[in-house]
Amino acid sequence: MASPTPIPRALLLIGLAALALYPIAGDVFYVQLFAKIMIFAIFAMSLDLLVGFTGLISFGHAAFFGLGAYTLMVLSPEYTAASLWLSLPLAVAVAAMAALIIGALVLRTSGVYFIMVTLAFAQMLYYFAVQSKVLGGSDGAYIYVKPDAAILGWRPFDLGNRVHFYYLVLALMIGTYALLRTVLRSLFGRVILGIRANEQRMRALGYPVFRYKLAAFALAGGLAGLAGYLEAAQYGYVNPEFFGWQESGSVLMMVILGGIGSLFGPILGAFALTLLQDFLSDEAIFHGFHKHWLLPMGIFIILAVLLLPRGIGGFALGLGRRAPEIADD
Amino acid sequence: MADGSILLIQVLNGVQYGLLLFLVASGLTLIFGIMGVINLAHGSFYMMGAYIAFSLTELLGNFWLAILIGIPLSVAIGLGLELLLFRRLYRRDHLYQVLLTYGLILIMEEMRSLLVGDDVHGIAIPALFDVSIRLTDTLSYPVYRLLMSAICLVMAGLMALVIQRTRFGMTIRAGADNREMVELLGIDIGLVYRIVFAAGVALAAFAGMIAAPVASVYPGMGNQILIVSFVVVVIGGIGSVKGAFLGSLLIGLADTFGQVLAPQAAGMTVYMLMAGVLLWRPAGLFGRA
Amino acid sequence: MTEPILRVSGLSKQFGGLAAVSDVSLELRRGEVHAVIGPNGAGKTTLINMLSGDLAPSAGAIRFEDREIAGLSADRIARLGIGRSYQKVNIFPDFTLLENCRLAAQARLPSSLRFFRPALDHAALIEGATRALRLVGLEAPWDRLAGRVSHGEQRQLEIAMTLATEPKVLLLDEPLAGMGAEESQRMVALIARLAESHAVLLVEHDMDAVFSVARLLTVMVNGRVLERGAPIAIRESPAVQQAYLGTAEPDS
Repeated sequence: MASPTPIPRALLLIGLAALALYPIAGDVFYVQLFAKIMIFAIFAMSLDLLVGFTGLISFGHAAFFGLGAYTLMVLSPEYTAASLWLSLPLAVAVAAMAALIIGALVLRTSGVYFIMVTLAFAQMLYYFAVQSKVLGGSDGAYIYVKPDAAILGWRPFDLGNRVHFYYLVLALMIGTYALLRTVLRSLFGRVILGIRANEQRMRALGYPVFRYKLAAFALAGGLAGLAGYLEAAQYGYVNPEFFGWQESGSVLMMVILGGIGSLFGPILGAFALTLLQDFLSDEAIFHGFHKHWLLPMGIFIILAVLLLPRGIGGFALGLGRRAPEIADD
Repeated sequence: MADGSILLIQVLNGVQYGLLLFLVASGLTLIFGIMGVINLAHGSFYMMGAYIAFSLTELLGNFWLAILIGIPLSVAIGLGLELLLFRRLYRRDHLYQVLLTYGLILIMEEMRSLLVGDDVHGIAIPALFDVSIRLTDTLSYPVYRLLMSAICLVMAGLMALVIQRTRFGMTIRAGADNREMVELLGIDIGLVYRIVFAAGVALAAFAGMIAAPVASVYPGMGNQILIVSFVVVVIGGIGSVKGAFLGSLLIGLADTFGQVLAPQAAGMTVYMLMAGVLLWRPAGLFGRA
Repeated sequence: MTEPILRVSGLSKQFGGLAAVSDVSLELRRGEVHAVIGPNGAGKTTLINMLSGDLAPSAGAIRFEDREIAGLSADRIARLGIGRSYQKVNIFPDFTLLENCRLAAQARLPSSLRFFRPALDHAALIEGATRALRLVGLEAPWDRLAGRVSHGEQRQLEIAMTLATEPKVLLLDEPLAGMGAEESQRMVALIARLAESHAVLLVEHDMDAVFSVARLLTVMVNGRVLERGAPIAIRESPAVQQAYLGTAEPDS
């Protein structure tokens, strides 16, 4: 039995090192861009837990992304900074709780129904945010001061500093990866993989499948909330589009194109798609056409689906739909 | 008696919206039920119809002529898309269908943007129907809206006729039930798929066309109706045209009354209704689990 | 004679107008193989599906130990101690042989909501899995992918998975299907061994196997029980011969 290919590991480590070192000499614009990409990598990894590892295709994952973001907004009144150490866990908790509730409803469906129903719930939150004066309605709201990292007067880092923020996001992205890897190796993780492989047999073996799907859904929701929180913190702005289906669609694309069934697939997908988007909408390169960057993007997506059935990650690293490398450890 | 007539108007509005929704949702549910394809771009066909109606009306000066030409045009586009893209989706994972049709939405939005621009447009209601009919002493109702409802009812009737009374309809019902069996019976399933798909596109486009004078023509109109159509299909049950009909009317009425009775929750009534139905029947009202 | 561990009475299943199973009763006892035979379409698979919880009965009762279980979900029934193997191999082809059984063994744990300790650290589960694998005669190495081993080995795995859940009752649905002579013999020997410590319900078409290992035979025709008795009595029964149109079931 072939051991998990060592080449991807090396690549991953090189990539990680590059990310860790970039801010030292890099362009501030790219520091911000990479931070944004890493936030999406967290978002995408959380969705991959559902799509790639549990076999649940959610088209409404932005619901939890938005909840994380709006929680920060609610906790950051006018000109006061929220405490990072309180607001971040709270945002994750809010998103996870919502996922627990929504999951309890939507997980009663499966297949296409599930896809549609998850979309519908995200839309519900979207409309709620649009109607809500408190939340700023369709214009959204600003977060005037970034969360404060102070603990008892000592401030270990300042989120207003782009480089500090970058490293916080990098740490959280690595942490998310590590957490998911651990979870997927655990007893729970095995159940999840089993459900995706053959749900009916899992039931026949005696597993009450529903509660495991719900747990996965809640975990994924919580992590999506983390990503939403960071996104709101980075730009200091939230609006109902955070719940929108374009957001859900974007992150789903990152997961699928990056390659399902591996954890760094979504990270690759986040980089590929965001950089592509950035490239295609670059006015300097495409002049008048740059406004219509969604057109080449759409064509790219279609071609990628037709030509690369296993996504970029799958294609590049020869991973199939087999049990991911975690199974062989 | 003022209450009664306001109630009547809301019911008429709700029914009209529901019937229009039915045209779109029925195509969606058939495409999924028969071909097993989840088509996110279905709302874009609705938008396409509306913009075709607008452009052709501008060009030709006549709304009905625009529709007459627009329908075969939509069918042609539908067949073209089936040939190019959709036929590759029939055996694929839902995941890839979602991704591919999502890419298609982006493309269609941008094509529209390039060809017609991003402005909001209106189409004048054809003069003949731009009148209101007296309902009571105080309230009257636009005839064009009644016409829309009538047209949709006729379409629904035709669909029911085809599905229940013709051999082709029988094939459709069988195909929704058991695709493999229909293939094994030697029926040219490819042809069936093509017809169903083209019909679905045409219905959605047609809905966009007749709705245009009332609902106006704007970017993003496709997305809105797509999501509500999804809710209809979920409520009605996948593959069930009967379910789509009932679901559309329910949604139409719920949304209309919801906006009037609880404007704060406007837009959410539809989803709450869906959540309620799902708690009771996870496969929809007429769906198969 | 020991107490029956599973008592089925008046079990029926209607599909619309079609009565797939009508008024079937039987008993399973630990230490014996009770075979259910009958021509195709007799309702044997429907019967097993109702016992395993894959289908809810339309009428009738199923009593397991002291508990009424008719209509319970498949996972509850499995947890209560009724294990089932499938006619069509129903394994995890992308996992290793070991992982297939380990996952099955894990189902016995009261809860798998454990997120941090690696699954492979739980030695007891691996032991349970290897025990089941050895019991059915599957050789190491067990890190072969289940989807790549031979059909016969997959059928053995199928049973091993069921055994790994440590059931008291075994519902075996055509375990010999598609097997060659030598493999069949091994499987029959395995079933006989298993019967010593389990109550076994065997649905099979392979008559040689059935007659060599079953203590009791129930013959089903058109959803009903035609006759029940010891193998010899059944073999001689004119009614049974008539039901099979005088021809012996071909070996699969």
